[in-house]
Amino acid sequence: MPMTMTQKILAAHCGRDALAAGEMILADIDLVLGNDITSPVAINEFTKAGCECVFDCNRIALVMDHFTPNKDIKAAEQTKKVREFAGDKGITNFFDVGEMGVEHALLPEKGMVTAGDLVIGADSHTCTYGALGAFSSGVGSTDMAAAMAYGKVWLRVPAAINVRLTGKLRRHVSGKDVILHLIRLIGVDGALYQSLEFSGEGVAALSMDDRLCICNMAIEAGAKNGIFPVDDQTLAFLREHGAKEPRVYAADPDAAYERTIEIDLSALVSVVAFPHLPENGRTFEEIGEVRIDQVVVGSCTNGRISDLREAAEILRGRKVKKGVRALIIPATQTIWLQAVREGLMEVFIAAGCAVSTPTCGPCLGGHMGILAKGERCVSTTNRNFVGRMGDPQSEVYLASPAVAAASAVMGRIASPDMLDA
Amino acid sequence: MLLTGNALCYGDNVDTDVIIPARYLNTSDPKELAAHCMEDIDPAFLAKVKPGDIIAAGRNFGCGSSREHAPLAIKTAGISCVVAKSFARIFYRNAINIGLPIIECAGDFHDGDALEVDLSAGTLRNGTTGESYVFPPFPAFLQKIIEAGGLMNAMAGGDIA
Ligand code: SF4
Repeated sequence: MPMTMTQKILAAHCGRDALAAGEMILADIDLVLGNDITSPVAINEFTKAGCECVFDCNRIALVMDHFTPNKDIKAAEQTKKVREFAGDKGITNFFDVGEMGVEHALLPEKGMVTAGDLVIGADSHTCTYGALGAFSSGVGSTDMAAAMAYGKVWLRVPAAINVRLTGKLRRHVSGKDVILHLIRLIGVDGALYQSLEFSGEGVAALSMDDRLCICNMAIEAGAKNGIFPVDDQTLAFLREHGAKEPRVYAADPDAAYERTIEIDLSALVSVVAFPHLPENGRTFEEIGEVRIDQVVVGSCTNGRISDLREAAEILRGRKVKKGVRALIIPATQTIWLQAVREGLMEVFIAAGCAVSTPTCGPCLGGHMGILAKGERCVSTTNRNFVGRMGDPQSEVYLASPAVAAASAVMGRIASPDMLDA
Repeated sequence: MLLTGNALCYGDNVDTDVIIPARYLNTSDPKELAAHCMEDIDPAFLAKVKPGDIIAAGRNFGCGSSREHAPLAIKTAGISCVVAKSFARIFYRNAINIGLPIIECAGDFHDGDALEVDLSAGTLRNGTTGESYVFPPFPAFLQKIIEAGGLMNAMAGGDIA
């Protein structure tokens, strides 16, 4: 039976030769992930069920990234609970302040995911690792508890949408614009219960950071996972980060897809998703004058080194507009250090940005940049739901690092082309 | 199992951020979470919800974050069942895993409609309008999780899959 790439990885993880969309399986996992918000709930379930040992102390990753450095006493109690659990169970991959990063930037960087892996995480953006040719999907805390105890997860085998890419992105247009464009096309439930499988010659022209950003937001189209084929760039990335030996799966040429969507990368322009859904994408032809109060560059979507480079290129020698708060949040400690070495931090500070230690912080309205009623923020994060970054009457506009940086300079939603040369 | 309650209606794409805003996620205590249930979409929710009431919503209910705090808050607030045209996938699995009944049903409802859900028969009756709907039973696999009273019990029993 012809299978999609996702179906092949799932089959390999439940001891089957073939699987069809719609089947329910209990699959073996390679890695389970939790953060400081979801792990405490999972630990409650784990303990309540009377479980004592974890299935494998090396295949659980606990990343304290959402409300850290602890934003208040309650948050401190939550991370303490996870820290103690990790210590008690001997969990090796516990990442605390000082070594942590935003989870979905951290795990690929640490080489903790390789091609062909099956990864689940109690965080919806766990789908990010599809960029590495892995099956990865977000689940809930009880799933995480069961995975920690038994090393297994129940899954419904998804059908897939084939997203065929051709061409090459123009300057200042990035992976973020690709995924915002795709979500605009199919809607926030356009891929519900399905895989988004990327294919075509355009894949080779996308950097790994672009692919990570694109898979990161697969969930914003309702998808179970997003996945890229494994190519030389993937293999080089995995080697460079010391990942395990990859297991390369490719979709069968005659695999069945629910539909095929063609995207010509060379035709794409910057896209900004207006409040309050990621599907509300607009191009600059459709955007009038929108004044803003804050800009955020960071998160598991766009807090990687290439994102910081892109923002710095635009901010170099320019100033953030008076009245706008611009926050730059490198996603991991390694990215931070790299940005220092490349002189990007100097560019940001000189431009009048505030630079933070790695944290999810404002992305989920946690801390470090909460919006007041009526305020507007251009953000490189992934969700612009009501109240996502603060007051229910504040507004979040999702954009690429290039657009975020240009907007910081202009004090309004702006594309890099709108800046003077 | 028979569930009866009044409908509390919402539209499409109700996301987990409005079900339980992230600013309250610094706790995992179900009661504290329930105290802020639906706060950003319907500040009057807690004042009007009565034990057994049923949330009736449109497409893609529970989209967004994987926070299990969302179904947990809904369940602890006294909601007996969520009826929606479709569910976001992580919310769907979380609800099954923690034992919050959820039903996919294409019907249109109004606030206060007297709903009656028969989970085993797979029927939903709107006592206010007299309309009835049928919904497909859960796949046998999920039925086992539900019957065991949630995922952890089912896994411990070893009778899953
Ligand atoms: S950066 Fe935002 S989307 Fe990413 S894991 Fe953190 S809170 Fe979630």
